[in-house]
Amino acid sequence: MTQDHIANRQPPTPQGLLHLASLAFAVVLVLAPILAGAQSVYHRGNTGEPETLDQHITSTTYEAHILRELYEGLVAQNAKGEVIPGVAQRWDISDDGRVYTFYLRDDAMWSNGDRVTAGDFVFSLRRILTPDTGAKYANILYPIEHAQAINKGEQPPDTLAARAIDEGTLEITLRDATPYFLELLTHQTGLPVHPPTVQQHDKGFVRPGIMVSNGAYTLKEQIPQAHILLEKNPNFHDATNVSIDQVYFYPTEDRGAALRRVIAGELHSNNDIPDEEVAWVRENHPEILRTATQLGTYYYAVDHTVPPFDDVRVRTALSMMIDREYLTEEITGSGEVPAYGFVPPGIGNYGEPAYASYRDEPMIDRIEKAGELLREAGFGPDNPLQVEIRYNTSENHKKIALAIADMWADNAVQTSLLNTDVATHYGYLRDGGAFNVARAGWIGDYNDPQNFLFLVQSDNQGFNYAKYNNPEYDRLMDEAAQTIDLEERAKILYKAEELFIRDLPYIPIYYYVSKSLVAPSLKGWEDNPPNVHPTRFMSIE
Amino acid sequence: MTTDAAARRGSRNLWGDAWLRLSSNRAAITSMIVLAAMVLFSIFGPWLSPHAFNTVYRSYIKVPPSLTAYPQPQDIQEIMTRTLRRARVDIQTIDVNGDRLSLGIASEQEISLRVRDILERVDDFSDVTITSGSSDSRQMSLEMTITRQLFLFGTDSNGRDILTRVMIGGRVSLAVGILATLVALLIGVSYGAISGFIGGRVDHVMMRIVDMIYALPFMFFVILLVVFFGRDFFLIFIAIGAVEWLDMARIVRGQTLVLKRREFIEAARALGVSTSRIISRHVVPNTLGPVIIYMTLMVPKVILLESFLSFIGLGVQEPMTSWGVLISDGADNIAGAIWMLVFPSVFLAITLFCLNFIGDGLRDALDPKDR
Amino acid sequence: MWRYIGRRLLGAVPTVFIVITVAFFMMRLAPGGPFLLDRPLPDQIMENLMRVYQLDQPLWVQYTSYLKNIIRGDFGPSLIYRDFTVAELIAGGLPVSIQFGVSALLIALGLGTLLGTLAALYQNRGGDYLVMGVATFGMTIPNFVVAPVLSFIFGIALGWLPTSGWGDGTISYKVLPIICLMLPQMAIITRLTRAGMIEVLRSEPIRTAHAKGLPTRVVLTRHALRGAILPVISYLGPAAAALLTGSVVIETIFGVPGIGRYFVQGALNRDYTLVMGTVLLISVFILLFNLLVDIIYSVLDPRVIYDD
Repeated sequence: MTQDHIANRQPPTPQGLLHLASLAFAVVLVLAPILAGAQSVYHRGNTGEPETLDQHITSTTYEAHILRELYEGLVAQNAKGEVIPGVAQRWDISDDGRVYTFYLRDDAMWSNGDRVTAGDFVFSLRRILTPDTGAKYANILYPIEHAQAINKGEQPPDTLAARAIDEGTLEITLRDATPYFLELLTHQTGLPVHPPTVQQHDKGFVRPGIMVSNGAYTLKEQIPQAHILLEKNPNFHDATNVSIDQVYFYPTEDRGAALRRVIAGELHSNNDIPDEEVAWVRENHPEILRTATQLGTYYYAVDHTVPPFDDVRVRTALSMMIDREYLTEEITGSGEVPAYGFVPPGIGNYGEPAYASYRDEPMIDRIEKAGELLREAGFGPDNPLQVEIRYNTSENHKKIALAIADMWADNAVQTSLLNTDVATHYGYLRDGGAFNVARAGWIGDYNDPQNFLFLVQSDNQGFNYAKYNNPEYDRLMDEAAQTIDLEERAKILYKAEELFIRDLPYIPIYYYVSKSLVAPSLKGWEDNPPNVHPTRFMSIE
Repeated sequence: MTTDAAARRGSRNLWGDAWLRLSSNRAAITSMIVLAAMVLFSIFGPWLSPHAFNTVYRSYIKVPPSLTAYPQPQDIQEIMTRTLRRARVDIQTIDVNGDRLSLGIASEQEISLRVRDILERVDDFSDVTITSGSSDSRQMSLEMTITRQLFLFGTDSNGRDILTRVMIGGRVSLAVGILATLVALLIGVSYGAISGFIGGRVDHVMMRIVDMIYALPFMFFVILLVVFFGRDFFLIFIAIGAVEWLDMARIVRGQTLVLKRREFIEAARALGVSTSRIISRHVVPNTLGPVIIYMTLMVPKVILLESFLSFIGLGVQEPMTSWGVLISDGADNIAGAIWMLVFPSVFLAITLFCLNFIGDGLRDALDPKDR
Repeated sequence: MWRYIGRRLLGAVPTVFIVITVAFFMMRLAPGGPFLLDRPLPDQIMENLMRVYQLDQPLWVQYTSYLKNIIRGDFGPSLIYRDFTVAELIAGGLPVSIQFGVSALLIALGLGTLLGTLAALYQNRGGDYLVMGVATFGMTIPNFVVAPVLSFIFGIALGWLPTSGWGDGTISYKVLPIICLMLPQMAIITRLTRAGMIEVLRSEPIRTAHAKGLPTRVVLTRHALRGAILPVISYLGPAAAALLTGSVVIETIFGVPGIGRYFVQGALNRDYTLVMGTVLLISVFILLFNLLVDIIYSVLDPRVIYDD
């Protein structure tokens, strides 16, 4: 469309023909859609304005949606969210589970025509782990040998145990066997950058016209807070099977507005919906509502250093009294699943979570037992337990806190609420501030129970809001990290989760559900737990 | 006529005069009555309401406003199904006769007598008795009384009565709206009048201070208030007062700049009347027109600002509420439960209409040119 | 007069300096930080980030280096939108916000003074009540309610306009946001004008003008409006500064790429550099507009003289 754009794409021509050639090219560009039928344009709503398009600095899921369109990692995800070969056509794993050898496809190309090589991946991995990159998610690659030391600045980046055996073969050695390593590589931090562009433009490589990418799409235009326009990458190895020509990503911060835009036909999809309007949409526009269970848990952290919450009886009583079925059916009502374990069901490398024993007991018995426990701990109607729930301001958190306060009142527990803005809330928790009960949530970065259970390891400062400190738990987690046999490992992790549910550093409340709006004209959108929806597998009718 | 009479007598003071004229303004008087009713409604309403403002009715999440009491016939079936689902029994018959309900249930296993307790625990049923049971304990009949609840304005997303919450919210909003406005008025008028009347360097410095406060990030000011002083209802007035007097000060200063060159002020000055007396007796009364109008504009701003404070954690905390908070909650439910938005908005609107008429009436009554 | 303007502009420099200083320390005293949002970061990562953005240095060092940078015109990189500098973000959004703000302001001023004058002329009659009723309604219903309702009516029910979004930036995408920005301002201006007008219409000079037989239109525009509009002008100084720097509610609901959201998001996300950028911007706007207002005073009413 713009002059710049035409200039970028034109083939090298003798000076005299330049003008004519670009003119002809422009005519072709204008006529192409008319000749080939209308271009297929996908208008896609996406939670918020990306903080960055640099795959090594990124940290949010809405950036991941865009980055996955632009780049392809060693492995990729299909429409169902399953791991499929990406730039690597196949791979070998050594018997001890520590050495991965990836064989790259020879038709993998960057959008400028360069071949995607093993060296590009080595460069990319070193870049994200270099401390000065300031990568928020560098820790996801810590399983690679020396990665953590490099990220701490103790070792130079070129000591990373990732090496290019030749142009098409990459070998990565891990610190310990990490059975979820391929899952880790699907994270946007595993996406490669084009080394010459980064070397030339440094941080500016993310701009339209400069960015060179290797995915199904290229970056064409970015207007902050308005849209990001992607265009089909003709150099992508599977370009013939990519049906949609252009993708507009809109930052739909206001979810109510996004809902109206989908209803009005202005957007084909949006990856969120206002909690309050789910019931209304289900009734009036059921054809556009999509919900899918997600790998994430909504929970209340309990401070283990503040009496009487250091008493396991008190924590158990509080947990027992929460009628999670009522909460998910009546209060949230988007298909969330009541959580009696901390690890979400259906996660990889694991069986059923370790559920609390009272999961199947009727509420009336649970309330009675909880009353008993509270009495033992010294609380009752004459000496009511006082609880303060801290939460970050949101309609949904407020509703849940109010409903839970009402349930706790069944045993004369007196609850007060305290809301703050999100930065104050998490700042307080991270700084180790004392509290009674505080709301938080965790959505898994990769499909493995370790990604949930590690939150309350005693050395995990910053994540372990509850200040939970159980040597036995830590020992089990360490043991699991050393165990290669997946079944054996799952058993050890299950034991850890049993301890978790017994001690309740966090009271699990429900498992998250992803809520999307998808117009019927958009085909190929499949609901899946990782909530990954690559455009290359979709089409528009 | 009243005016002339008052003017003839001449001895009457400014306020007595004004009151006489105000009392002949029908719109203003009606508005005062309505506003007084609103205040009484907010103060005493919650005591008269059958619901407490914080009572959660778990069976009635977001039910629409209704003149008939809940549970309505179709609700009973639903509540019963939901209640008994987890007790693993099937409902065979439900007969409603006035406030009495008889229920027949069956199950593949033995039915525990706990069913009675489970039903008793639901807000809507009381006096549950088991009237008969089959010998194998797989069938049972029960009777109970239905507790009816009236929700004239419907309920919110937690099942709380909106009518009562509007009443309770009125306490906070009217108090904040009126008191914070008066505070802002007091500071703004005196600051603006002094700045404008003295003029020169003093005016320059005073107005730059106003500019600075305008430019400072209000949100951090509020966050710091909470951090240093904790949550305190009183802080709402400080937070709101800190910003709202600025506009008032600028308006009064603008009027003063014009007034101070007028003949009657020059005359007073020439007569040696002290500055403070000129400001209080001659300048301020002559700025009252725009001040009163601006004051009526400030009330809605203040009431809605309070809901923003609640967002950051200052202001009211759940389950306490205010009209501002109710309106912003209602705005989230605009498609699914519009009554959550309509009722608090209507009450706020009525209040503002009244304030506008009272404001106009006051303005007319205090107008020095009519004297 | 020129001396006065010169002195005011000179006085703006220390004012802005004080604002920056106070805002800087206020912001840093508040709990939370730019990398402390809902997803916790491991300590190691946090240390790297703090070092990359020089947040690990003592506060006064950060303050002095910030001051040095802004004197060189460098507002620093945004801590949240990490691909952009604060200057780029503001430069991208400000033209949009100004365009919306100016449009809304002019319409509100035009309609507001017109309606206010009409209401004053028909004081306490049907027309007056109608205008005042609409104005009160406009002030009561907050824009976070008006915006979704208008978007639903015109975007979905009638289908005349896009519900929201920026599209190609054509006029159809701008109508609704401008109306929503304009409505509350118009309501306030209407009320202020009406009050001022009623007062002026009763004043001696106007009565005299009428008595001399000047046509009503001339009396109104030449004489009455000048005096009546004074409170409106006082109000407009800060209001215009606020309007021209965008509205977070309107921008997020309609997806307008302005800068209004940066004021709120910047503060909520603790994007320190972005907050300082917005503070600097708003303080300059406030100072300029209030200067403009003071100049307009003396143009409208020659009795206003600024002296020492």
